[in-house]
Amino acid sequence: MFKSKFIIAALAVVVGLSSVSAQAAEGGAPIQKQNWSFGGIFGTYDQNQLQRGFQVFREVCASCHGAHLIAFRNLMEPGGPQFSEAQVRALAAEYEVADPTADGGVRPAVPADRWPSPFASDQDARDAMGGALPPDFSVLAKARGVTDPFPWWVTNYFTGYQEGGPDYIHALMIGYHEEVPPTAPEGFVLGDGQYYNDYFPGHAIGMAPPLSDGSVTYEPGEDGSTVPETVDQYGKDVAAFMMWMAEPHLVSRKQTGFAVLLFLGLFAGLMYATKRKLWAGIEH
Amino acid sequence: MSEHSTYVPGNAVEKWLDDRLPVVRFAKAHLMDFPTPKNLNYWWTFGAILVMCLGVQIVTGIILAMHYTPNTALAFDSVEHIRRNVSGGRVIQATHAVGASMFFVALYVHMFRGLYYGSYKAPREILWILGVLIFILTMATAFMGYILPWGQMSFWGATVISNIFTAIPLVGENIKQLVLGGFAVGNPTLNRFFSLHYLLPFVIAAVVALHIWALHVPGNNNPVGVEVKDSRDTIPFHPYYTMKDLFAMVLFMIPFAWFIFFAPDILGHPDNYIMANSQVTPAHIVPEWYLLPFYTILRAIDFNVLFIDSKLGGVIAMGGAMVMLLVVPWLDTSKVRSGNFRPMFKWFYWLFVINFIGLMYLGAQPAEGIYTVLAKVCTAYYFVYFLIVLPVLSRIETPKPLPTSISESVLGKNAHA
Repeated sequence: MFKSKFIIAALAVVVGLSSVSAQAAEGGAPIQKQNWSFGGIFGTYDQNQLQRGFQVFREVCASCHGAHLIAFRNLMEPGGPQFSEAQVRALAAEYEVADPTADGGVRPAVPADRWPSPFASDQDARDAMGGALPPDFSVLAKARGVTDPFPWWVTNYFTGYQEGGPDYIHALMIGYHEEVPPTAPEGFVLGDGQYYNDYFPGHAIGMAPPLSDGSVTYEPGEDGSTVPETVDQYGKDVAAFMMWMAEPHLVSRKQTGFAVLLFLGLFAGLMYATKRKLWAGIEH
Repeated sequence: MSEHSTYVPGNAVEKWLDDRLPVVRFAKAHLMDFPTPKNLNYWWTFGAILVMCLGVQIVTGIILAMHYTPNTALAFDSVEHIRRNVSGGRVIQATHAVGASMFFVALYVHMFRGLYYGSYKAPREILWILGVLIFILTMATAFMGYILPWGQMSFWGATVISNIFTAIPLVGENIKQLVLGGFAVGNPTLNRFFSLHYLLPFVIAAVVALHIWALHVPGNNNPVGVEVKDSRDTIPFHPYYTMKDLFAMVLFMIPFAWFIFFAPDILGHPDNYIMANSQVTPAHIVPEWYLLPFYTILRAIDFNVLFIDSKLGGVIAMGGAMVMLLVVPWLDTSKVRSGNFRPMFKWFYWLFVINFIGLMYLGAQPAEGIYTVLAKVCTAYYFVYFLIVLPVLSRIETPKPLPTSISESVLGKNAHA
């Protein structure tokens, strides 16, 4: 009796919680989930991938998109791309930041400085971009998601699926068409300065296809290994990097989680044994 | 209050204190010796779990308030600052955010337990009413807390919900402006919601104290629903129920920790990682999951009734759905408390549970097509359950025979096993 009621209640809670993520994703094609190194409860960031993603971000995205919550020093912290301190200092020195206390009002950046925004204000960005505002990347990977059809989102609570943002970003990168495809909705018309994308809500995106095969040159690894220089690979790498920007402490968070759950599991076992012993003489 | 007291001051200091302020006597009577039915099942541990939840929210909340900035230009980044730069901040912030959801999980279990076992029936009406007040206060607190990160859902949730006030005839617009501190959600809104979000948990704590007081006058209900007859039916609260409650709390912390460390964002909405923008409306404005059943009831009334337009109708229905809980003790007049002995009640009760989950699901769906029809059906059953099913069942149902005492029921159970 107790068990069946408990199961019903547990299901009720799960279904209740699930209704949150049951948003209808309008106008978007179903997004292919990728196999991320940081996916699932055991996942950790791939340092090489984050370094490649940073390269794509810096060479391509950063000319329009900011990341104002990221400091240069974050790039050398454990669990991230983990560049060396010398690399980060050299990188920071390439940028100028505004500083009212410096001669001339600007000085070279130091690791403590935030990543400089490409535009002075949102309005400057709109003016330069034909009215569309390139969103800041700091937490963008967590501001996007993937909708699973009913009832499969229920499983996300048990697998800890938190990679909807990177899945969406990768899909967006590979979702461009040169002209409006036959799969477009009936009567679809593309406006001036807009591009067709399978995965963008409404399909008309203001951002030109930012990547093309070979547009970013990856250094071969020390053992001579290479990574494909394709839009698909760039998209994965930059999405992984964006996830790191949004969740820089993901790896240590999960590590702490294992310690906490292990402790709670053992503690609960001991508590149960104590409770049973205590109640052994009571008929209840 | 101290009729169960067995406290004997151990020394002169204790005696001196006991003559002036008998706190130790009080604590011994109510936290240790308190006679508690010996047949309480694990559904009864959620009261203690809720005390823990309130404590966790208050402690984490006080620390968060040390680092949070209630200003529309700074709030969003200050929450990220807590996550990124404050020592331990990401765990504290995640605990507080996930904690709100876990609070409501426990709260709903606790309430549905009360509804099943008839814990609201005489002499526990005040106990139940105080519980409903805690529920409403907690919803208000959680709602205002969700505004503070100043994301898109924060802003638009506040905009939609504050518009509810405008449905009130004559003074509605003025009330809305008073609540928001302006014509629309803005900096004054964020400031006053922050202030109230800090205040209300302490009001809740005070009502919880009354709730426990009201519990300790008649004592606990129990799964059989038969009142305690003599001391053979009870055991002291400590160590038996302190131990059982502590075990249940640790067990409850396991899913709690799962969400904090492995899926801290899964209970929220991705749009709340976009800073509030009054110029961009999200495609779907969805409140947090625990408010969804009442949000569905609000939206289900999309038709006018006589002189009441659909907007006011929705507000009346939503308010009524909560206020009606206050009078449940007088709607269900069946003398039998426990659902275990009510063969017909059981069916309607579990249908009500499923219906409530349905309301929750529908709240997250767009108000279109089949969803609006289902929302009306589920809303109707919510009211039918309280206003028709409970009163009618009280008259027509023949309950199963009750055991004469808790002890007898316990013996009977063990004989079967």
